[in-house]
Amino acid sequence: MAAWTLALVTAGGLVTSNDAALAVPDWPLNWGRLVPPLEGGIRFEFAHRVLALLVALLTCWLAVWMQRREPRKWMRRLAWWAFATVIAQALLGGAMVKLIDPKVLAVAHASLAEICFGLTVAIVVGYYTDRGAGNWVASLAVAVLFLQAVLGAALRHGAIGVVPHIIGAVIAAAIAMWASLGVIMRHLDDGKMPRPAVVLLVFTALQVFSGVAAYSVRAAAIDDPQPLPLTIWTTVAHVVLGAMTLGSAIVLALTGEQKNAEATSR
Amino acid sequence: MKKIWITAGVACALTLAGCGGGEKPAPKADAGATPAASSGAATPDMDNGATITGKVIFDGTAPTAKTLDMSAVPACTAAHKTPAKSEEVVVNGNGTVKNAFVWIKSGLPTDKTWAVPTTAVPITQEGCMYSPHVVAVMAGQNLDIKNGDPTNHNIHPMPANNPDFNQSQPPGAGDIDHSFAREEVMVPVKCNIHPWMRAYIGVVSHPFFAVTGDDGTYSIKGLPPGTYTLEVWQEKYGTQDQQITVGAKDSKTQDFTIKG
Repeated sequence: MAAWTLALVTAGGLVTSNDAALAVPDWPLNWGRLVPPLEGGIRFEFAHRVLALLVALLTCWLAVWMQRREPRKWMRRLAWWAFATVIAQALLGGAMVKLIDPKVLAVAHASLAEICFGLTVAIVVGYYTDRGAGNWVASLAVAVLFLQAVLGAALRHGAIGVVPHIIGAVIAAAIAMWASLGVIMRHLDDGKMPRPAVVLLVFTALQVFSGVAAYSVRAAAIDDPQPLPLTIWTTVAHVVLGAMTLGSAIVLALTGEQKNAEATSR
Repeated sequence: MKKIWITAGVACALTLAGCGGGEKPAPKADAGATPAASSGAATPDMDNGATITGKVIFDGTAPTAKTLDMSAVPACTAAHKTPAKSEEVVVNGNGTVKNAFVWIKSGLPTDKTWAVPTTAVPITQEGCMYSPHVVAVMAGQNLDIKNGDPTNHNIHPMPANNPDFNQSQPPGAGDIDHSFAREEVMVPVKCNIHPWMRAYIGVVSHPFFAVTGDDGTYSIKGLPPGTYTLEVWQEKYGTQDQQITVGAKDSKTQDFTIKG
């Protein structure tokens, strides 16, 4: 479920990077039919819509299944919230097409995608592990990483300049490293290195590097007459790694340090 | 439990509610902007008005036009014998600039309205490029958008001061007529199917404008006597303003130089 949601985030990133958001001017139909002519930018937008439908169906199925089988109320609620956000996301996507891509909706759509992905990650964590003692620094990292994703979306859709996103990157990276390194340092001697903390640290580093790469490539490509593959893939990689960094922070925040160590050793 | 099912039902109903939606119809010209031709509207005085002519000169080494990558759509590639080039900067053989938009930015009487031509200005999607790359219309004047390609396009102007517009145009579909109600220099146009496609539309509330062609010259005729700000716009190099004063029947030359 989380993997499909991440695939959907990737597909959304490809739509934006290929400048294909409005290649299909109608919604929910596609060029007046179920399957549009598959050429150029239409392919990206249509693939995004098909994946969105699949994720909506999967989330609905998950929510119903959990309602029947899951004893924990908070997990059932989480599943329904995931379904609600996916539906809201679909409606936002439709509104973007109908209203011809206003920036505020585009930023909201990209931001809500992070929430959808975060909720599915939380469900996976809740399903496979017990809720841990919590880690407030990791919770802070989740909040800051989400805000940074919102700034990234605003930059990508031309609502803000690059400076707020760079400042946000410094703050978000520092807090994510604080959250992960703090846990790692406490477990240096006992050999129970908490995997979520290591994963968060690795993704944070990758995200910083991919951000620098995406910015450099874009700056070099400023005179290009169209989006070229290197620009597209570095930017999409940055978007996807951003979601994965947020997801790993959610794992760390939910499982907590001690439980992490236990979960890792299971 | 009951609440959850009600919420899910409402969400599904909202999703399905959009099913009747089709494409957004092309917005018609707004009321309150430049009126269409009417009995009280002025026209350029070709007998007693002034004429400004000139050329837009490129100073420097002409930049090499970048090749457009149309490989994703064979129908687009097939339309060109040699790889198509970007038209962001086109320097003519005589050292002048093509596709520069020259217009009277200010100085015209504010209480005067100008008759809007009833003829539409054509813009064609041909070889997965817009032809011409830069067009100009009066506010309220129709653009006649054609698809001359054997492939699909969506026409998507991105105005800042006019209503948005995005419409699909399959091969063989009829022309799309569209007008902009308010003055706007310039309105970028793109096709989201073929991301290299880009054009610009100059929308002006009066008839005193021109776009340079293969000889890089422009001519603005029938201007009332007065002092004006004349502006040139070029896609890459932006705008330049010049002041000019003309009397009745004057014929003046005003060149612009764009530094590369």
